[in-house]
Amino acid sequence: MTQVSMTVNGKAVSGDVEGRTLLVDFLRGGLHLTGTHVGCDTSQCGACVVHVNGIAVKSCTMFASEAAGAEVRTIEGMANKDGSLSVIQAAFQEHHGLQCGFCTPGMVMSAAALLKENPKPTEHEVRAYLEGNICRCTGYHNIVKAIMAASGQDVAAIAAE
Amino acid sequence: MPKDHGIGASSKRREDVRFLTGKGNYTADITLYGQTYAAFARSNVAHAKIKSIDTSAAEAMPGVLAVFTGADFADVGGNPAGWLIQSRNGETMKEPKRPVLAHGEVCHVGDAYAAVIAETVAQARNAVEALVVDFEELPAVVDMADAVADNSKRARTELTDNICFDWGWIEDNRAAVDAAFASAPHVTTLELVNNRLVPNAMEPRASIGVYDASTEDYKLYTTSQNPHLTRLLVAAFVMGIPEHKLNVIAPDVGGGFGSKIYHYGEEALVLAAAKRIGRPVKWVADRTESFLSDAHGRDHVTKIQLACEKDGTFLAVRTETLANVGAYLSNFSTATPTFLHGTLMAGPYKTPLVYVNVKAVFTNTAPVDAYRGAGRPEATYSLERVIDMAARELNLDPWEVRRKNLITTDMFPYTTPVALQYDTGNYQATLDKLIELSDKAGFEARAAESAKRGKMRGLGLSTWIEACGIAPSALVGALGARVGLFDAATVRVNPTGNISVMVGAHSHGQGHETVFAQVVSSMLGIPEANIDIVHGDTAKIPFGMGSYGSRSLAVCGTAMTKAVDKIIAKGKKIAAHMLEASEGDIEFADGKFSVAGTDKAKTFGEIAFSAYVPHNYPLETLEPGLEETAFYDPANFTYPAGAYSCEVEVDPDTGKVEIMAFTCADDFGNVMNPMIVNGQVHGGVAQGIGQALLENTSYDGNGQLVTASYMDYAMPRADDLPNYTVDHSCNTPCTHNPLGVKGCGEAGAIGSPPAVVNAVIDALARAGKPVKHIDMPLSPARVWAAMNA
Repeated sequence: MTQVSMTVNGKAVSGDVEGRTLLVDFLRGGLHLTGTHVGCDTSQCGACVVHVNGIAVKSCTMFASEAAGAEVRTIEGMANKDGSLSVIQAAFQEHHGLQCGFCTPGMVMSAAALLKENPKPTEHEVRAYLEGNICRCTGYHNIVKAIMAASGQDVAAIAAE
Repeated sequence: MPKDHGIGASSKRREDVRFLTGKGNYTADITLYGQTYAAFARSNVAHAKIKSIDTSAAEAMPGVLAVFTGADFADVGGNPAGWLIQSRNGETMKEPKRPVLAHGEVCHVGDAYAAVIAETVAQARNAVEALVVDFEELPAVVDMADAVADNSKRARTELTDNICFDWGWIEDNRAAVDAAFASAPHVTTLELVNNRLVPNAMEPRASIGVYDASTEDYKLYTTSQNPHLTRLLVAAFVMGIPEHKLNVIAPDVGGGFGSKIYHYGEEALVLAAAKRIGRPVKWVADRTESFLSDAHGRDHVTKIQLACEKDGTFLAVRTETLANVGAYLSNFSTATPTFLHGTLMAGPYKTPLVYVNVKAVFTNTAPVDAYRGAGRPEATYSLERVIDMAARELNLDPWEVRRKNLITTDMFPYTTPVALQYDTGNYQATLDKLIELSDKAGFEARAAESAKRGKMRGLGLSTWIEACGIAPSALVGALGARVGLFDAATVRVNPTGNISVMVGAHSHGQGHETVFAQVVSSMLGIPEANIDIVHGDTAKIPFGMGSYGSRSLAVCGTAMTKAVDKIIAKGKKIAAHMLEASEGDIEFADGKFSVAGTDKAKTFGEIAFSAYVPHNYPLETLEPGLEETAFYDPANFTYPAGAYSCEVEVDPDTGKVEIMAFTCADDFGNVMNPMIVNGQVHGGVAQGIGQALLENTSYDGNGQLVTASYMDYAMPRADDLPNYTVDHSCNTPCTHNPLGVKGCGEAGAIGSPPAVVNAVIDALARAGKPVKHIDMPLSPARVWAAMNA
């Protein structure tokens, strides 16, 4: 066991981890931040996406010890300071971009990373960016719509309902 | 102006806030004091005799608290099939035991034969590796045709052959159907495969067992769509725990799609282990475990024949199906290919004669059971493909062939030749709406534009029906069901006038907490925010049967409205006393009880308060309190129906199919929340497109699952799928439930696969490459091979 320290959602944290402890297991088991989910074993589903030093990372694919000293942000750190939903979170609710909610934390974290590097993505760019996030409930239509809306674009044209 | 609250409004989902902020409470998120961890040893061969299991090394590993094998459960019951099917010859289906852990014999890759309980997950998994099992391999039965043809290899050693049952529906009609075929002017024959799928809810299964020795109470947290059904199965059938000593909690559940209806052995194991070691025991599946051990879906091989006139008038339908049930009978596995499949083989059509034969086949593969749609997608796919093929053979327009045969509005109620009675519908209206919304008139121009880019464009449709709102108990009981399929709700008005509604339905993505509150809000004139929906805990809710078969609103929602009616009726008695009027003169509207024709009134809140502070109250004739429970058993199934089209482009060089448009014209009856209904259709269609183009569950000849991860099993990604156009304006309210609802959860997965395949066949035909059929999934390789055959 070695001690690892990092900043998670703005708070300094530390804990004992094994060399093989994954970042997601440290977040969930060590810090009880259970919003970050595990949906697969092969780094495909994206339910575990967090930001490490501002970059979207699948936290099942990184050892906790690799994140030593890093700034980590999880879904628990995505709301506004007053606790209200951030623009992206609010857009997911407004456009029904989630159903069971299991993939949702990863989707929100990926969406935030996308909009940071590409503030006005096209629909095609949104769909391409989400290749590492699987949702089984929504058929993606409303996720794409929510992300487009969160980027400030008019989504009325995204398929009639 | 769209409604902003109550029935018919697209109220935003209240459950979203916790899911969007990481505050969901899924089973894997729960940590209990003193919690330990289970890991399972699973067979790496498809079929073997277990000669011995040496647990001594595992037991000596660090952190190990207990090791279980099948011998530990030899004296408890098996996990039963929920439906007992009678074969054509009058024999009852075969039901070999499904133990908690395999004992004596492992029957599929992934079959659990031992479990280790340890202080940490890693220690439990390490110790599983230290178990020494001696398997004597037995021949594996994998292919259904082989399983039926060759009795010498059997999926279970206790069987004499691999056929679970040989079912005819309706056997008495068989001769008439055969005669119609013998004299028919045209017969179209199609052999097809309905590909095996893995449901793949994004949340893997998980369970936590808890035991309190001081009270002998058990508690099970588990990923279930129906906590009471799980309790009944675990307690009464498998473990022999008194039902009242087991509390089952299904907290937030991350999708189900059928796969979390069933009781699985892991649930019994964590309870037994918790009792033995005196601490909570937690198990969370990893994804490959889910692939190996969740109940799979579909997996039919069907020969369907359609007899018709030269003008396309349908005369008769006849099918022969082999349906895979895997190595063990999962709880709904025998109902799915029979009463949820054969009864739908009339579709929305006037076909006078239908006969369905299904042989359920044991194989050394994971159990197969209901997956979104459950039998109805298989029926719809067979029928909608053979109709398209017949239209092509007869040189008729497949759209008009359907229209010619659709049941017309003057024919309701309509009794089909496969024993369902459709109460209402308007199949012409949804077809017309589809023609409009898909811009069928503009298709030729779009096809020409595609051709200029070197692409082959096609348009396909399906007109479908399903039976939902499962199910009338007496009817299904007569057909072999071992359970009732009612539901229940309790409406508790609190003294301060806000309301807790405890429902038997379970929400695992459907948004019940929002929609059910909308319904109660409309009925009582109380703001939605003052109403909470409680579900998923057998200690809190009345005995209900959970959510599947698009039943939540149609069955549980009806129970809820009946409970609300009782609240209103009691409220009128209280109001009559308080207002010194006769009960018959009290009217209830907009949250107020008033004396007809006067301005005398009491608010709902005043009545609630009076019920709990009964100072001025008719105590001699009326109990205090304001809480009512209703159970509801449906009079009939509900029959959602609709028309779907898919427009595709096929790349002639690669065979890759791209979906250009997908359009849905649905009749779900009355719609409570259009936003949520649209979302349900989107998700269902995505799963149907996944089946049609991408997904396949593949076992090799030795019974190894070669698609056991997301690297091998093609889950639909965002860039595989289109936007969807969804319409439900052509609604005919259900005639036998008060909300007029039919259910919408499965429709998308039922109507979409044939529309996709029909579109691809259309594209190839238009490009001068007449291909009769391609089996799903229509991967580029399969399409390319078919067009270049």
